[in-house]
Amino acid sequence: MMTELTHVDGNAAAGAFAEVLGFDVTTATLTCAGCGRFGPFAESHVYHRAPGIVVRCPGCENVLARLVQTPTDVWLDLRGAQSWHIPFPAR
Amino acid sequence: MDDGLTPKLQWRVARVVDSEPETESAQTIGLAVPGWGGHLAGQHVDLKLTAEDGYSAQRSYSLSRPADGERIELTVQQIADGEVSPYLTGVRPGEEIELRGPIGGWFVWRPVEQARILLVAGGSGIVPLMAMVRQRIVMGSTEFRLVYSVRSPADVYYAQELGHLERDCDWLRVAVVYTRTATPQTARPPGRVGSGDLAVPGWTPDDGLRVYVCGPTGFVESVTTKLIGQGHRPSALRTERFGPSG
Repeated sequence: MMTELTHVDGNAAAGAFAEVLGFDVTTATLTCAGCGRFGPFAESHVYHRAPGIVVRCPGCENVLARLVQTPTDVWLDLRGAQSWHIPFPAR
Repeated sequence: MDDGLTPKLQWRVARVVDSEPETESAQTIGLAVPGWGGHLAGQHVDLKLTAEDGYSAQRSYSLSRPADGERIELTVQQIADGEVSPYLTGVRPGEEIELRGPIGGWFVWRPVEQARILLVAGGSGIVPLMAMVRQRIVMGSTEFRLVYSVRSPADVYYAQELGHLERDCDWLRVAVVYTRTATPQTARPPGRVGSGDLAVPGWTPDDGLRVYVCGPTGFVESVTTKLIGQGHRPSALRTERFGPSG
């Protein structure tokens, strides 16, 4: 019996983050401030059936990022990632 | 005009052009999006429905084929108690829907890539992978293998097209894995995708192949664990997971 997993992955949060940040986050490499693991945003665990979006490290489940949208503002908390490595698209 | 302040990804209004049943519970919907600038195979859009009282609900849906000018297409699986999918599967031509996209640069396939491609779909996870197959028909030179896990023959999306493509295209092989009910002529007993189903005859993990896996989270976790157990490098795997809410 497979347990019902409630998370999806970073692909599902890409629209909300792109709307705020203006670039595609799925190909960004995040380094977890908790365990030091680094990997693409796309592979992180995303919990988004809530008032906000919570992005967690697939290795240690540390919170990498949180995004909460109100009718007038967006709150962004990125302290769970030590760094974001963002590839520039070819220009 | 890009003033540096306007968000690059904005909601816009799309018009339903056509809607055809894909299976008993899934609908393929064509949308006209003014100003659509094309997209990559594997990308998705976010759709938003807003009620009269202002309550709104969003869902992500993969695009099922390359764009045809300003026409895009997606296939929506109806989830019985879902908020968005029961509405979408009932839309009629002429109705309008808010969407933003294309979204995502990770779970995409580009025709210039030379690596052999293994696609592994669980249920409606076939949609972005079908976009890759359809893109490959138009452009590209690499070999594709598709392993498609579904409950029963009646649940297969794009069944006729996949049959034709496998017959006509020497670069494509399709293996449908039935998990609950198989066709009478299927030798494999129904059951979840196993390691044997993921082993492509003549291909080894060392061949520099790329694997795309899309399906419900549990399916993706199970398949990627098996693939890594077979010696596939984690960096060769690209995954997209979806949840039970529709």
